[in-house]
Amino acid sequence: MDVIAWSRIQFAMTAAYHWLFVPLTLGLALVMAVMETIYVIKKDDFWKKTAQYWMKLFAINFAVGIATGIILEFEFGTNWSNYSWFVGDMFGAPLAIEGILAFFMEATFFAVMFFGWDRVSKRFHLVSTWLTGIGATISAFWILVANGWMQNPVGTTFNPETVRSEMASAQAFWEVVSNPVAISKFFHAITSGWVTGGVFVVGISCWYLLKKRQRKFARASILIGSIVGIVGSFAVMLSGDASGVHAAEFQPMKLAAAEGLQDGGRRASFTIVPGIKIPGMLSILATHNINGYVPGINDILNGYTDNEGNEIPSVAEKMAMGREALIALSIYRSTDDPSEKAEARYALEENVQYMGYGHLEKPEDVIPPVGVVFWAFRFMIGLGMLLLLELLVIGWLAWKDKLAGKRWLMIAAIVCIPLVYICGQAGWIVAEVGRQPWTIQGLLPVNVAISSLSAGAVKTTFFVFLAIFTLFLVIEIRILIGAIKKGPETPKE
Amino acid sequence: MSDIFLQNYWWFLIALLGGLLVFLMFVQGANLHLGNRTLSDLQKRMILNSTGRKWELTFTTLVTFGGAFFASFPLFYSTSFGGAYWVWVLILLSFVFQAVSYEFQNKKENLIGSKAFRVFLMINGILAPLLIGTAVGTFFTGSDFTVNKVAITDPTAPVISTWGNGWHGLEALVNYHALLLGCSLMFLTSILGALYILNNVDDNAIQAQMRRTVKMSLVPFLAFFLSWLLILLVRPGFAADEDGIISMEKFKYLHNFLQMPAVLVMFLLGVLLVLWGIFKGAFQQSRSGIWPAGIGTVLVVMAVFFIAGYNGTAYYPSCTDLQSSLTIRNSSSSQFTLQVMFWVSLLIPFVVAYIAYAWHQMDRKKITPEEIADTKHKY
Ligand code: HDD
Ligand code: HEM
Ligand code: HEM
Repeated sequence: MDVIAWSRIQFAMTAAYHWLFVPLTLGLALVMAVMETIYVIKKDDFWKKTAQYWMKLFAINFAVGIATGIILEFEFGTNWSNYSWFVGDMFGAPLAIEGILAFFMEATFFAVMFFGWDRVSKRFHLVSTWLTGIGATISAFWILVANGWMQNPVGTTFNPETVRSEMASAQAFWEVVSNPVAISKFFHAITSGWVTGGVFVVGISCWYLLKKRQRKFARASILIGSIVGIVGSFAVMLSGDASGVHAAEFQPMKLAAAEGLQDGGRRASFTIVPGIKIPGMLSILATHNINGYVPGINDILNGYTDNEGNEIPSVAEKMAMGREALIALSIYRSTDDPSEKAEARYALEENVQYMGYGHLEKPEDVIPPVGVVFWAFRFMIGLGMLLLLELLVIGWLAWKDKLAGKRWLMIAAIVCIPLVYICGQAGWIVAEVGRQPWTIQGLLPVNVAISSLSAGAVKTTFFVFLAIFTLFLVIEIRILIGAIKKGPETPKE
Repeated sequence: MSDIFLQNYWWFLIALLGGLLVFLMFVQGANLHLGNRTLSDLQKRMILNSTGRKWELTFTTLVTFGGAFFASFPLFYSTSFGGAYWVWVLILLSFVFQAVSYEFQNKKENLIGSKAFRVFLMINGILAPLLIGTAVGTFFTGSDFTVNKVAITDPTAPVISTWGNGWHGLEALVNYHALLLGCSLMFLTSILGALYILNNVDDNAIQAQMRRTVKMSLVPFLAFFLSWLLILLVRPGFAADEDGIISMEKFKYLHNFLQMPAVLVMFLLGVLLVLWGIFKGAFQQSRSGIWPAGIGTVLVVMAVFFIAGYNGTAYYPSCTDLQSSLTIRNSSSSQFTLQVMFWVSLLIPFVVAYIAYAWHQMDRKKITPEEIADTKHKY
């Protein structure tokens, strides 16, 4: 495998590990903030102990989230050097803002939350707990602005003087921040974290019920956990629907891959699993109109007319224009003759919107691994529905206090914990594998985004990171299990 | 706002973040003392719990330093991180281990034992200042890379910044001038760490030990730092003219000090403050040496960055191809990005204020043996 492949695998692995810890951070932060709020309102020590228990698990998980995050940030420089220059103008900004606005907030108030019980007032402690979660959420917003921009690169133009994509005006920043893809991604990712937190809390609490320990604690936690999870699930559906519409609009190839749609058309049908289709459903999902046109993989390859009546050229034509742009750029950069320069600039501007295609070798390069995206999409949605059902049933029974004795339900709740993780990972696979071969949609394919490193160097760091993260994961799980077995300090009954 | 103003402003902020980062590396310095045999386990845990409440600030400053560099001078980010690959990977790894060590070290399920995690913290205590210092040292010695922006049109070798050798940054470790800065930083952080523990932990034995450490680190720190400085002042530097053409200039860095007297004053003031803090910690019964030493550190580091980047100087020079050298003019983001970031940066005082408030609230009570023995929420 070459350096491109190793760089991709390394990034994907780091990101996937990061996403094992992040959703629980986002979800548990909400759960424990709600619990501590109840404690402060009711002044009942039971709720303090309950909140403290989940905080202990939060802290264990948080540490590994941070360790994986820093690698991810610097990997843009270390492994995607060209990318970092090409889009640094746009991409660095959210990362820096994230640091200034969000990470400091998380770091500062996490310390107060964890160590401050006997050092600061009750009120300040509660505020700190909320701010820890809010900090995490703000951090998610900015990183998803960055990621959303890679899926739908608004607000920048290519500057041949500096050879990169630049923000063209200060308003462009607003376009970047209000990018619809970023907004739907933000809500989808955050609320999928709430689902994760909810399912986690419910699952662990059910284990206590199964062991007939800490019943009051378990029931209280199930109630809060399932509410957070159910609210999260509905929000995940709404924002997921929006994400689908945006994919259709800005990344039709991703949607075609997610649907395994070779040939599109109007009244396109939605495939539940191969062989079972709902006629017209895909058009409704993708365009909110049963007569909406959804292009399939072949349509995108060969060119088509979209819903606004625009003629979209075939990939081969885009590649030809992209090559023109690259040639014009290299003439522009090397000539001193003013008229030749002006001519090159004109040719560049005519073709620049397809410049990324100039780097491709053949039209089929624009097709992502269809099978992977197709199945990941189905896992995400299918499991998401299942989890919602679980939360509804268990939440309802806990509310009615009728959980006692429902052993199989408790076991199911525990089994759901790994499922929610699969769900979230599958989501990122849809989003990221679905946009291959682009690091930045239409602008920069992966093969020109890299650093000039040897495949061996990246292969080495890949295995080093893999070993370390895996070690950390194993230790984290062991420590979590230890803490769970030990249990909360609420009165035993 | 003009391009030049914004570029200068962002170099100022990078310098400030760099200064704060070095100051906050008292966490790394303090962790070095976990290896001290004269300290009991309880005493080590007091140190751990003291730095354990601050390490995230250091870590976050590093993360923000990286993000701000990426946003304001992306060509540095892509050239240095992608080029000096191994150095950065080692720095990151040492921080990654640090990040989990606090939480994991005192848990019985931690698989590899408490000792291992404390060793990780100590490795971080050595590697982080040593390697970061050496990397900054190359700002004055130059590195082995070329930058060719047209490369992106060449499908066979599209990468703009390429490193000239297979060591990918490790070669800096045999560059004695850069290494001197790394060693200075290591002893400086060890001093800062001791001063911080002196301030934060209520335990007579630890305090006596820390005062001794400050004394012992003083001589090597001064030896390394002064030799680095001396060589800096007499070495030729990388000058950039109005059109961005780079050339070698004799005594460039000495000239920079003399042509920017404010920076010279800042530098000297910083050095005096550091020495004063050390004096308070080592030779007086004071516990507040960390403050002058910390402020002094920030000033000195900022002055070093100013000397590297301002006054027509290439801050990330290439010895292989002079014209590939990075200056704050040729490596920056566009004017609009810098402008947006300018507005964002106005929030920094607010961030500093809440950090100071929380720090004050938390540190009114010092760390005592009783607390480590009694409370549940600790490392
Ligand atoms: C939707 C949420 C989300 C997503 C998609 C990402 N992160 Fe993350 N990240 C978080 C949400 C988060 C968090 C919840 O805010 C963390 C986890 C633990 C923590 O302290 O903050 C965090 C920590 C964290 C840290 C440590 C911060 C510190 O000093 O405390 C860094 C450097 C990054 N992340 C960087 C990244 C990069 C470069 C990403 C993309 C490529 C990324 N994260 C994706
Ligand atoms: C945290 C959750 C994330 C997961 C699980 C994830 C997953 C992946 C996967 C599986 C790939 C590899 C695709 C392939 O090469 O086939 C990838 C690549 C990549 N992702 Fe993500 N991603 C995540 C978040 C992000 C975010 C938030 C960003 C940007 C801010 C991002 C930027 C990238 C980049 C630059 C690459 C490498 C280039 C490429 O292969 O396209 N990812 N990610
Ligand atoms: C009915 C339910 C759902 C729908 C319609 C849906 C839809 C989508 C779509 C279309 C994407 C791709 C976005 C892109 O291309 O960038 C996506 C991504 C994702 N999904 Fe879902 N999803 C659903 C449920 C879930 C659930 C239950 C979870 C996890 C608990 C989840 C987690 C994610 C994650 C983490 C991503 C990647 C981040 C992003 O792109 O927003 N999704 N989802």
